[in-house]
Amino acid sequence: MTENTVLEMRGICKEFPGVKALQGVDFTLNKGEIHALMGENGAGKSTLIKVLTGVYEKDGGDIFISGKDKPIMIKSPQDAQNNGISTVYQEITLCPNLSVAENMYIGRGNNVIQNWKKMNAAANKILQDLDIPAKATQQLGSCSIAVQQMVAIARAVDMDCKVLILDEPTSSLDEQEVEKLFVLMRDLKKKGVGIIFVTHFLEQVYEVCDKITVLRDGKLVGAYDIEELPRVQLVSKMLGKEMDDLSDVVRGYVPNVDTELTPIVFEAKDLVSNAGISPFDFVIRKGEVNGFTGLLGSGRSECVRAIFGADRVLGGTVMKDEKPAKIRKPIDAMKLKMAYLPEDRKMDGIIADLSVRENIIIALQVLKGFFRPFSKAEQEKFADEYIKLLEIKTASRETPIKALSGGNQQKVILARWLLTNPDYLILDEPTRGIDIGTKVEIQRLVVKLASKGMAVTFISSETDEMLRTCSRLIVMRDRKVVGELKGEDLTQNKVMSTIAGGDK
Amino acid sequence: MKQKFKNMSDTNLLLFITIVTFVLMYVLAVCCLGGGFTKPQSFFDLLNENAALIILACGLSLVMITGSIDISVGGIIALVSMSGAVYLEKANGNVFVSLLIALGIGLVFGAFQGYLIAYLEIQPFIVTLAGMFLARGLTTIINRDSFNIENNEAFKAVKNLRIEIPGLGTTNRHGIYNPAYITIGVVVALLIVLILFCVLRWTRLGRSFYAVGGNNQSALMLGINVKKSKFLAHLLCGLLGGIGGFVFLLNLGSGAVSNGGGFEMLAIASAIIGGTMLTGGVGNIVGSLLGVLSLRTIQNIVRSIGLDEAWWTEITVGAMLCIFLVIQSIVMARKEKKAK
Repeated sequence: MTENTVLEMRGICKEFPGVKALQGVDFTLNKGEIHALMGENGAGKSTLIKVLTGVYEKDGGDIFISGKDKPIMIKSPQDAQNNGISTVYQEITLCPNLSVAENMYIGRGNNVIQNWKKMNAAANKILQDLDIPAKATQQLGSCSIAVQQMVAIARAVDMDCKVLILDEPTSSLDEQEVEKLFVLMRDLKKKGVGIIFVTHFLEQVYEVCDKITVLRDGKLVGAYDIEELPRVQLVSKMLGKEMDDLSDVVRGYVPNVDTELTPIVFEAKDLVSNAGISPFDFVIRKGEVNGFTGLLGSGRSECVRAIFGADRVLGGTVMKDEKPAKIRKPIDAMKLKMAYLPEDRKMDGIIADLSVRENIIIALQVLKGFFRPFSKAEQEKFADEYIKLLEIKTASRETPIKALSGGNQQKVILARWLLTNPDYLILDEPTRGIDIGTKVEIQRLVVKLASKGMAVTFISSETDEMLRTCSRLIVMRDRKVVGELKGEDLTQNKVMSTIAGGDK
Repeated sequence: MKQKFKNMSDTNLLLFITIVTFVLMYVLAVCCLGGGFTKPQSFFDLLNENAALIILACGLSLVMITGSIDISVGGIIALVSMSGAVYLEKANGNVFVSLLIALGIGLVFGAFQGYLIAYLEIQPFIVTLAGMFLARGLTTIINRDSFNIENNEAFKAVKNLRIEIPGLGTTNRHGIYNPAYITIGVVVALLIVLILFCVLRWTRLGRSFYAVGGNNQSALMLGINVKKSKFLAHLLCGLLGGIGGFVFLLNLGSGAVSNGGGFEMLAIASAIIGGTMLTGGVGNIVGSLLGVLSLRTIQNIVRSIGLDEAWWTEITVGAMLCIFLVIQSIVMARKEKKAK
């Protein structure tokens, strides 16, 4: 360890049943450095972070931290804190029933008595310094998710840490909040804190980071200075492919069908649900890919949930295949050969403890009825077919789905719905939080399915992704449909100006 | 005011509801029914009769705040009171030693159950169900028949110790002044309420109970020793069961296998009425005290209007519990809506 190093991990190994999650990974962090940890889903980033924070115990390797001669043992999150390593996780790991101030200070220090006055004053000061719109005495559960995330960051920052780990902290923040976070990170950097930054957003990496360490398949690919590694190379290092493979990404899919003559697959008039959206009309034809776009919270998901009957429908008429239909519950929609991949994979999508096979089979089984189960051989055939088709990376078809990486979980859910052979597929944020490689695969798949005649509705926060796949975009603002774009209007600028309201 | 309501923590909000309900109910009883309710002593009797239950409800609140449950406390009461009675009556034992026995039994049960629940991660309901049967069984082994403690003078002295409260006595129609009083058990119970209130509000341990109950995964990430917190909550609950058993014995002065029957459920009901949520993370000790008093007051009200069969009081308790849960969930839901 040199004098400038604050953290060094050497030869870290971690094995889970059937998966070698980390194989001899080295990682070095210097004082006052923002160090990006990059890799696809399943590359081992999360595992490495969890080893470092004491959530997992490592199977091999040593961790050194400045100020201590011997390798340190980190067996619990508390050990990590005591060694000056603090962490902000992607999912909020705070207690919603406690006040903001308590969430910032609980579990720290050794004081037996809690001094509320002092704590609240200190918390208010930090909240003010960081410009977080919350009061110290407020119950955390009453804050928005973004504010909760900022509180988690405030806690980590205040801990006087040597190493700060930010594990995808920006996924729930809007642009301004991200900017605020970056200011904070640069501030801490000046104070000599080493920051490990995990993110999927390449722009953010190039905006704040000094160094990049790339992992792939649980192995170290290399550590690079940011200037030495242009984006194209970073991506190819993460994927382990050359850039040429990526350049043939689908672009501007236009259905080669006459739109007026193609049969309508699904049509809704004045549809409205209890989720607070204004009534909207909607139509999709065979072989078409359309999308809902708009800012977070503009009502994109609520629209498709109303279409699928996932929220309570309050009014409006729907037609499926040009025949009137009633969709009150998701099962009604499923029977009409519709499928819906929900936004929140963890809550609405995966059934964590069931195996990959069971997760794939379940929708079809529901359609067939539980009293007529598929034979084991049939189930295995289905599962294997789709594991192969979608290239799902899993130890076996019997692995519990929770052991898979995010991208692969998403593929399993996709397989579940494809297996029901729908003619109308709704994908709500299918690419969120998954790596570029899988994103491209999913985009390609969407286009392929459409070219075979399936109608697809696609929602994504990334506009360029939508532009690449959709032939028609429905723009939403403040829970209302405010426009529809197609053909030549499908440009980034036009979408932005429609979302913002007019050509400002 | 509205802003204040919104910013109130769940714990304080539910406590507020409990206080309002209790005060309203008692005032209503005093105004409409008059009679016994107007005498200060009838309020003190409410405490005198229920000191043990108050202590148990405190213990239950602790484990419920951490998101756990303990249904063994009724059994512990029986075991403690029976072994205490046998020791005091048949061996003519020392009162202080019998207290130590009570504490010992409570601690052993609390520690054992806490270990199984916290460190071996066995379902608390099952563990304490086993604890309940074990305690009841042991009680029967010690002595099958119920009997009163009659020959232990020291014990009787402590039992009959009355702490008079000046100025609140009443004069009956023969002109004899009856001072208002509370028993030693009430003093113990109120002390426990006070201590636990402070522990929950101002100590690291108390706050960690709330954190663990709020979200134990998050609590772990925040650097709280989740297992230790759970263990200590159960240990304390067991200990309070022991103390409660001793106070119960002081009040009743007899050992019986059926002692403390149904007390675990009454204690849970009281804690819920007192604003502790079964889902964990929300609750207050003062609420539990008021929960016991509310529960008993409503029973007294039902009795005093002439419905004195046992089933009426039980139906009332059931209805009250139900109403409380509904009120709680409505208020919480409204609050959540407002926060958005």
